[in-house]
Amino acid sequence: MSTLLSINGLSVDFATTRGNLRAVKDVSLSIEQGESIGIVGESGSGKSVLSRAAMGILHGGNVHKTGSVIFDGNDLFSLSPENLRSFWGTGMAMIFQDPMTSLNPVRRIGTQISEALRIRQGMSKADAMAKSAEMLRLVRVPDAEATLKKYPFQLSGGMRQRVMIAIALACDPKLLFADEPTTALDVTVQAQILELLDDLRKSLNMSMVLVTHDLGVVAGHTDRVIVMYAGEIVESAKTTDLFANMRMPYTEALFKSIPTLDTPTGTRLPTIEGRVPDPTQKDPGCLFSSRCAYVQEKCKNEHPPLMAENDGHLYRCWFPIQVRSNQ
Amino acid sequence: MAGSGNAHLRGSDMVLRAENVNVEFNIGDKKIVRAVSGVSIDIAKGETLAVVGESGCGKSSLGKALLQLPKPTSGSVFLNGTDITALKGEKLRAVRPQMQMIFQDPISSLDPRMTVRKIIEQPLTVWSDLDEQGRSERVNELLNSVGLDPTVVGSRRPYEFSGGQCQRISIARALALNPSMLICDEPVSALDVSVQAQILNLLQDMKDKFALTMMFISHDLGVVKTVSDRVMVMYLGKVCEIANPDTLYKSPRHHYTHALVASVPVADPTKKSRRAAIQGEPPSPMDPPSGCRFRTRCPAATELCAAEEPQLREMGGGNYVACHHPRA
Repeated sequence: MSTLLSINGLSVDFATTRGNLRAVKDVSLSIEQGESIGIVGESGSGKSVLSRAAMGILHGGNVHKTGSVIFDGNDLFSLSPENLRSFWGTGMAMIFQDPMTSLNPVRRIGTQISEALRIRQGMSKADAMAKSAEMLRLVRVPDAEATLKKYPFQLSGGMRQRVMIAIALACDPKLLFADEPTTALDVTVQAQILELLDDLRKSLNMSMVLVTHDLGVVAGHTDRVIVMYAGEIVESAKTTDLFANMRMPYTEALFKSIPTLDTPTGTRLPTIEGRVPDPTQKDPGCLFSSRCAYVQEKCKNEHPPLMAENDGHLYRCWFPIQVRSNQ
Repeated sequence: MAGSGNAHLRGSDMVLRAENVNVEFNIGDKKIVRAVSGVSIDIAKGETLAVVGESGCGKSSLGKALLQLPKPTSGSVFLNGTDITALKGEKLRAVRPQMQMIFQDPISSLDPRMTVRKIIEQPLTVWSDLDEQGRSERVNELLNSVGLDPTVVGSRRPYEFSGGQCQRISIARALALNPSMLICDEPVSALDVSVQAQILNLLQDMKDKFALTMMFISHDLGVVKTVSDRVMVMYLGKVCEIANPDTLYKSPRHHYTHALVASVPVADPTKKSRRAAIQGEPPSPMDPPSGCRFRTRCPAATELCAAEEPQLREMGGGNYVACHHPRA
């Protein structure tokens, strides 16, 4: 496998009225061809900002980015806007979280899917429409031809999310960012969409970044998981390894606070007390230290670096779980 | 499922008892959306009934119909033995303090221009005969019981709080008048998982402390499992199955319940992910299928399902199912 995308020391700052807000802090990661990566974290952890920055769609007067994003050998931050744009759709594409508001309400589904095909691949209108219908069939929308003529409001949430996927996949991207692709959907439809993405990823040898807060979704559909907290990567490992050997207390706490179908009725759920630190403030210690159950003096004063185990399992903790007892 | 019937009702001394509730919305053009069709429920004192189902199955419409917001199209709702669907005007208003609701979106359900103290005091100002000092003490007591410090938060406004804190304020407001019945409509679905756990624990504490009777509407089966005593599964305005949560999750008798449980992603990568249990989406509630409403997606559907609507029947162990061909 070759590296498709590498993010090196990426930080993203927003200038706000309350001062500088660092949403993503020194994040480095790489994605291989055909690989599926999950990014997990709660709201405000920087997962959506990270994926938008990696795609080059985050800009504006109040945004300051440092570090680099290399996609297929090209440094995205040094490209001209025209050149950067040429990667969208064909190189990488994104499925946005909210299928209700991400489609243009006044244009037909067919026009919205065929737009990229006509611009990127220079197709004629008729060819683009035919390909659009094919894409709708690929994402299992029933009666694809009729759907092409419909407007978004005529479709259910699940169908709209399939249209979003069809748009993202229309130009055969090498890398797909899926930002909470199923959060707005019901569980039976979520299961269908996730299965569809798996099938498509395998048949098109596509890489995928699945941004989600749902550890259940990550477990079944990714090769590697990155856990983010307050803008930093706090743990990164192969999915099977992460679930078997959590090192970071935050990952463990997050995992335990989720009620599952096996949780006995009336159980008191373990919670994470306190709040995420204010992103405009600088904290000298570990960012999770104020909420951590295993906090020590060192955690409050020294910021832990990302430490690596031999098998590539990374964690940001001075006193990682399990390793702790062996020390 | 999608059946009707009253086989699961348990006598008359229930806090809440609703019979054959129908909710219909006239959307013009002679079209009618049948959001809830012939649903009956009862909730015993101190019990939590969870209502689960996908969007559009009528769970929120049912919750609102019980509160008479608006009144159901037909059917009757008894609260502590009084038929509140027969009440009007001032008489209906007088029973409203007994039923309170917690809404899904914690921020938009609080008045942005009021201080927290004012928000919680409002129901007391309207209904209680406490004087100003009495109300103030009651507000302090309520804020303390939901884990907020009255001296710190009292004079702030909703925008200064996180979603979890706003939900705590909503809970304090709902409890201000000691309601006998609390309806929670997706109270944690807008919250992060770590905060979700805190609110679920808080609801559990409040239930123990105030002997609350609750109806808990949710689409999250994991959440439902931890809080409920009984679970009702709805599909397209009808009841599929009612059971206690352990039975329901371990051996769902209804094919829809089975599909719903099987669709929940399991946070364990060593378990192979299962294939999607059912395909397609629910049909439109404007034009529901004949007979059993789930038959168009059901793996076990036969001609009987199209011809005849299944009625709820007892399957033993307090499990009621509306299906012609229940799972073993």
